[in-house]
Amino acid sequence: MTKEEVEHLAKLARIELSPAEVETFTTEISAILEYVSAVKDIAGDAADTAPTVGRHHNIFRKDEVTNEPNSFTEALLAEMPQTEGRFMVVKKILNTDS
Amino acid sequence: MHTISELRKKFVAGELSPVTVFDEAIATITAKNGNINAFLAVFTEARDEAVAAEARYKAEGDAAPALLGIPLAVKSNILIKGKNATAASKILENYTATYDATVIARLRAAGAIFIGATNMDEFAMGGSTENSAFGPTKNPLDTKRVPGGSSGGSAAAVAMGAVPAALGTDTGGSIRQPASFCGLVGFKPTYGAVSRYGLMAMGSSLDQAGPLTHTVEDAELIHSIISGTDSYDATTLTKDTYPEVPVKDKCVFGVPRKFLADGIDPDVLDTFNAHVEKLKAEGHTVVDIDLPVFEKGLAAYYIVMPAEVSSNLARFDGMRYGLSVEGDNLLDVYQKTRAQGFGKEVKRRILLGTYVLSAGYYDAYYGKAELVRTKMRAELAEVFKTVDVILTPTAPTPAFKIGEQEDPLAMYRQDIFTVPVNLTGVPTLSIPMGTVEREGIDLPVGVQYIAPHGGDARLFAIGKKVYDERQ
Repeated sequence: MTKEEVEHLAKLARIELSPAEVETFTTEISAILEYVSAVKDIAGDAADTAPTVGRHHNIFRKDEVTNEPNSFTEALLAEMPQTEGRFMVVKKILNTDS
Repeated sequence: MHTISELRKKFVAGELSPVTVFDEAIATITAKNGNINAFLAVFTEARDEAVAAEARYKAEGDAAPALLGIPLAVKSNILIKGKNATAASKILENYTATYDATVIARLRAAGAIFIGATNMDEFAMGGSTENSAFGPTKNPLDTKRVPGGSSGGSAAAVAMGAVPAALGTDTGGSIRQPASFCGLVGFKPTYGAVSRYGLMAMGSSLDQAGPLTHTVEDAELIHSIISGTDSYDATTLTKDTYPEVPVKDKCVFGVPRKFLADGIDPDVLDTFNAHVEKLKAEGHTVVDIDLPVFEKGLAAYYIVMPAEVSSNLARFDGMRYGLSVEGDNLLDVYQKTRAQGFGKEVKRRILLGTYVLSAGYYDAYYGKAELVRTKMRAELAEVFKTVDVILTPTAPTPAFKIGEQEDPLAMYRQDIFTVPVNLTGVPTLSIPMGTVEREGIDLPVGVQYIAPHGGDARLFAIGKKVYDERQ
């Protein structure tokens, strides 16, 4: 793991890192990756581990509204950092300069 | 120290009032929380519910709901409508929950009173409660030491005598390890036994909510109330998801001896061996077992968990709720909000998760880790053909000192016995097995009982026999 790789990961994860953070994370994440790389040996050959559908599986419900209209609107609006009437204010995503 | 069952008897008999218990709890918190820092928020306004509970006991007696008037502490990553829920993160410092988690709704229906939100490692990431944005929690049994984590505030709230029980969440040991460090009972149910609706997601395929209590009986009572199918969580179990796991009077215990050969404190191992001898003396059978894949679960865990963390925490974008830091453009807002809002351990895990999920590395890490999980489940299924319950110490050490574990990898090794359980989804109960002495103080250590999927009742039955009845 290089500093450049950590900087790239931070960009993907949308977290701004200080140079000091890049430094420590480079060392720490390298050590952790070295440790977890053992899974390659533990997993062994994929052929002898056929993926199985467990007893526990996802259940889908009908795609329908389950609550009264507007029952959460005020509470949710109150949590938003910036609102305009019943709308959330966000930065424009088109035609940005950067 | 009160247990729920003692309080209940006294409430029904009219020997004690829920109001008195509530006031005592607040007095204990006022006296001790400044030092211990178990609670992040205290809900004094809930006293009205204690007053109402007192009246209901007079009118209804034993017909009153099972937890009526019982004060509980709740880990702050579990939503209580109208209350501040921060998960001990700056990014949610001013967040108010807009709905009740299913576990909260069920406890509320059973009459429980929520007295406060407890401290934790930020977003449940850690094993010591030192990773809280609002300062560490201290272990009430030795305030130089950590209470364990990530549900350290919940464990400390019970251990300091404020409440008879608390709710925690367990992704890789976060209920059991603090229970071990604070001398409590901690229970991590079969994955899917308890709804995750209203729990802040960390590792969605690993997370479960459960109780921290003084007795196995109390843990069973809380679990019986919070568990069950929930239409808001499609991963909850139904009655016939798993075959019935019979409760046994005498159990065959399996001890993975090779798993215990390395990296475990010698005093903890001695205490564990003494516990095993006691089980034998009580007529149970103890056999050695081999779990070559299960015992290496830690490596798979630190791939699967950060991968799920990086996905789940993508929701914190500075737009819809929580902290928002002004920036030049949308990307800048994201990056600055997440930089200021998240602590170091959270950032580390998000970066690690982003790496193992990125193109080119996915198969080598996440794919392999999922394959390991499949092998672990197969290995357990084989062992449970001949063994009823698997035994390990809950944690490899007693409570360590605050600030003592600085290397993240060393801290992760605290979870060596607990994470394989979450990766496979089986239920597990941690009960105190004795104490080890450090600097003149007897520190509790726990033993972990693991049952097959759906075997929660088997654990409660054997736990009551070997722990509650000895008290």
